[in-house]
Amino acid sequence: MLAALIVLALFGAWELYADLGGVDQLILPPPHDVASSLWNDRGYLWHNLQVTGGEVLLGILVALAAGLVLALAMHLSPTLRRAIYPLLMASQTIPIVVVAPLLVTWLGFDLTPKLFIVGLVCFFPVVVSTLDALASVDAEQLKLMRTLGASRVKTLLHVETPSALPGLFSGAKIAVVTSMIGAVLAEQAGSSDGLGHVITYATGQLQTAQAYAAVALLSLFAVILFALLAALERWALPWARTARKAT
Amino acid sequence: MEKTLEAPAEEPLHVHGPLGVAVGSVTRTFSGRRGEVTALAGMSLRAAPHEVLAVVGPSGCGKSTLLELICGLQRPDSGTVRADPAVLMPQRDLLLPWRSALDNAALAPRVQGLSREAARARARPLFARFGLAGFERARPDELSGGMRQRVAFLRTLLAGKPVLCLDEPFAALDALTRQEMQSWLAGALAAEPRTVVLVTHDVEEAVVLADRVVVMSPRPGRAVAELAVSASRPRRRTDPALLALREQAMAALEAA
Repeated sequence: MLAALIVLALFGAWELYADLGGVDQLILPPPHDVASSLWNDRGYLWHNLQVTGGEVLLGILVALAAGLVLALAMHLSPTLRRAIYPLLMASQTIPIVVVAPLLVTWLGFDLTPKLFIVGLVCFFPVVVSTLDALASVDAEQLKLMRTLGASRVKTLLHVETPSALPGLFSGAKIAVVTSMIGAVLAEQAGSSDGLGHVITYATGQLQTAQAYAAVALLSLFAVILFALLAALERWALPWARTARKAT
Repeated sequence: MEKTLEAPAEEPLHVHGPLGVAVGSVTRTFSGRRGEVTALAGMSLRAAPHEVLAVVGPSGCGKSTLLELICGLQRPDSGTVRADPAVLMPQRDLLLPWRSALDNAALAPRVQGLSREAARARARPLFARFGLAGFERARPDELSGGMRQRVAFLRTLLAGKPVLCLDEPFAALDALTRQEMQSWLAGALAAEPRTVVLVTHDVEEAVVLADRVVVMSPRPGRAVAELAVSASRPRRRTDPALLALREQAMAALEAA
């Protein structure tokens, strides 16, 4: 509710500044131009949103699956953890803007480089938050499992993995946000569709309103995805909320 | 939903161990940041099969270390620990919040390889026998503290091990619930006899529940006194013989 009011106030200020501030409309289109672009170009924008949305969703799924597997492996083997953690952090310092065009020339103009880049930016938050959640399981709980006759694998399956699911969700929520940036950068590096391509192309054509419309769609998509994920978490892990309240 | 049980529901689980527990002059030292800490020095005790042994001592006298040694979670630096397979019941119930009460109680058979349904079938009759009927599907956060400890105790029983190591199981409960749980535990152990090592700092709890009480010294912990509790069961806390034993145990604790 408050968020809606803030957005409304910002749009109002933007509208006033763009109309009365003497800025060229090609540089800063007023919100009503963006809105009419959203409406007039809806078919074109919708098609490109589907492309970007597909890349984002698929990339997040790949990052979640790979992140969970790697986090479990690193949790089980301290050696692996020591070996991989620095590499993982180093992977986050790669300037994607610079590397994306190289990846596109290497992997082609299709889905592969986009998945790779989205996966790369989502992977880190997923692994780190899952790993932390796995490690936070009570030491006494692990002792108890041993005296109950549970093997290492059974404990991992029945205790540590379920405990880590809230962490996996936190990672996924961060990943949703960063994945958008990853997807747009990948598309700008070489693509014939997607909202990243729309932004590059529209800016070149001085159709700034359309570029802003694409940005607005991206933000909206991220917010919706985030909300869906939060709802899924509440539905799938009802115990995680009460547990958090209790501690 | 009435149905006839083929086996009588009151039948105990049949868990036997020939050894009981024998701890012989055990020493255990931990090296920490502030140098070495000796938790146990020359600690000995013995529990015959199906005997309930209470261990009382001041805080930090190495009682938890003792239980971990008996459960095989640690090895002594010197001395011997011989015991039948033992299972730990920690002070905190450590129920898994995503599992129902029934599935928490059935955790041991489940992780030992039984299917979900087979594990539940093991736990279900115990719920009826030990006052938890109707709570099978409740999640741990919907249960009271006493109920949670009952589920935790059933989880301990269902591990199928002859020795139960109870680490201050009722310390976190309020006084009334604690008394209620002590009577409940006495009843449960009468129906399901096990070798029990019950660590507590509550002398009354020790004399109400145990066949024998071992008093430990402050750290480094060792046994300084041993009292036999011969009162017949079921016991009343106001029994003069028990009150006298309490006094004796308190005196031994203070002298230690």
